[in-house]
Amino acid sequence: MILARAVLPRPYPLPLGEGQREGRTSILSRASISLGTLLFILIHATLANALEVPPLKGRVNDYAALLPSARAQVLEQRLEQFESQTGHQIAVLTIPSLQGDALESFSIRVAENWKIGKKKFDNGAILLIAQNDRKLRIEVGYGLEGVLPDAIANRIIQEIVVPRFRANDFTGGVEAGVEAIMKVTSGEPLPRRSPSQPQIPDLGLILTLSIIAAFITFSIGITRSTSTRAALSGGAVAAGMSVTGLWRYGLWLPIISLLVGAAMGAMGNIFATRAFGRPWNVRGSRPERWARDAMYGAAEFGGGGGDSGGGGGSGGGDFGGGGGGFGGGGASGGW
Amino acid sequence: MRHNQFAVMGLVALLFLSGCGYNKLQGLDEEVKAAWSEVQNQYQRRADLIPNLVAVVKGAAKFEQETLTQVIEARSKATSVKLDAAALSNPEMFKRFEEAQRGLSSALSRLLVTIERYPDLKANQNYRDLQAQLEGTENRITVARKRYIDSVAEYNKGIRFFPTNLTARYLLGLQVRETFSADESAAKPPEVKF
Repeated sequence: MILARAVLPRPYPLPLGEGQREGRTSILSRASISLGTLLFILIHATLANALEVPPLKGRVNDYAALLPSARAQVLEQRLEQFESQTGHQIAVLTIPSLQGDALESFSIRVAENWKIGKKKFDNGAILLIAQNDRKLRIEVGYGLEGVLPDAIANRIIQEIVVPRFRANDFTGGVEAGVEAIMKVTSGEPLPRRSPSQPQIPDLGLILTLSIIAAFITFSIGITRSTSTRAALSGGAVAAGMSVTGLWRYGLWLPIISLLVGAAMGAMGNIFATRAFGRPWNVRGSRPERWARDAMYGAAEFGGGGGDSGGGGGSGGGDFGGGGGGFGGGGASGGW
Repeated sequence: MRHNQFAVMGLVALLFLSGCGYNKLQGLDEEVKAAWSEVQNQYQRRADLIPNLVAVVKGAAKFEQETLTQVIEARSKATSVKLDAAALSNPEMFKRFEEAQRGLSSALSRLLVTIERYPDLKANQNYRDLQAQLEGTENRITVARKRYIDSVAEYNKGIRFFPTNLTARYLLGLQVRETFSADESAAKPPEVKF
């Protein structure tokens, strides 16, 4: 918050005639700027010993400028074609130096950050090269550990990449290494194994939807004539909204939604009865239309939200990780 | 009557909207358990690799019987100390588990250093593959340990902070869990140069 306030310039000068207040805010903002700078420095000081993960630019991220751009382009296309054929994502990262960081810990942070590979399939692999450290690593996603086990990754490094690197043929080494990874993994159709990660529901999403549903059913309850009707329609709307999440969370979701929706509807009705002496159901009145509009608007939003959280994957032009998981598999080497 | 209804509904609304951390704590608990089972998986994977390593080394390095025996003993000790996710709150049992695994780590790295003296063995493709697998497994152990440490830190925060500490203590009966000590030297993969 403080950082954001300090960094963002004030869009307009304050209106005239408020000189005094302007003076006070400028002192305040100066104070917040210095506080923000302090925080900034502190945060960076604590993170300084870990090398920052560079942004994912595409499949080939040649930060060490090892490859001529034309060859990098060809490799990029080759990897894109490979992904459309097999579904596997392979990325290359070259960096000038690890700056004292450990190869393996940097590599796993890159993998966790980029999330190469498709979600649930975890079929990604990263070829990482640290030029000045003369070290390289193949980081393998969970889903490819079967076809590209550590021993094979090690052989690719020792027998295919390292001899070329030793002969100063970096382009050839990277190309041959990537080609070998593709050859080894291409036999494998999309793996069936899913990650051994906890299958807990997306709590934030459920909570948000629940609160929206609670408000909707509450406002529906306000507009019904009796609390029974309010409970019925509240329950129906809540259960209807929850249908989008049915495939993911099972049957208990609409049942609970039904009960909670009914309770909230009834509460809304009782609240209206207490507050206005009668339910707020004046036919065609502005409040009712407002409530209805709000209801449909929010229901649409809720439906959209219920579907989210599925598979990622990358579309055409822009490349991004699809949410693949890594657990430290692969091999390291040096030249 | 009316007032009673109101009080009950107010309470329901409060519980429903404010949240007492019940779900959050359950989620954190599950994450810790999953992270722990991954740690156990990877330690098991290492233990499973050792018989193959011993078999390969035995033939080539006849003079290293003592180092080999130490590895075998450390392995059997490490596999005999099991630590269930339910016992993660027990500091003594956690310490025993960690010490057994650390014993195996150091016996293994001693063996790998010894093997440096046997160029024939080092050139053996079987051995090189095994070595790559062992290094990969050590790295997976490091990753799994780090993820476990992170998940326990998050979980223990939930157990200690207000108001979720009340839910944890009186509703769920959850306890603070143990985590790995900072001795990272034990978690580092054995350094072997070619």
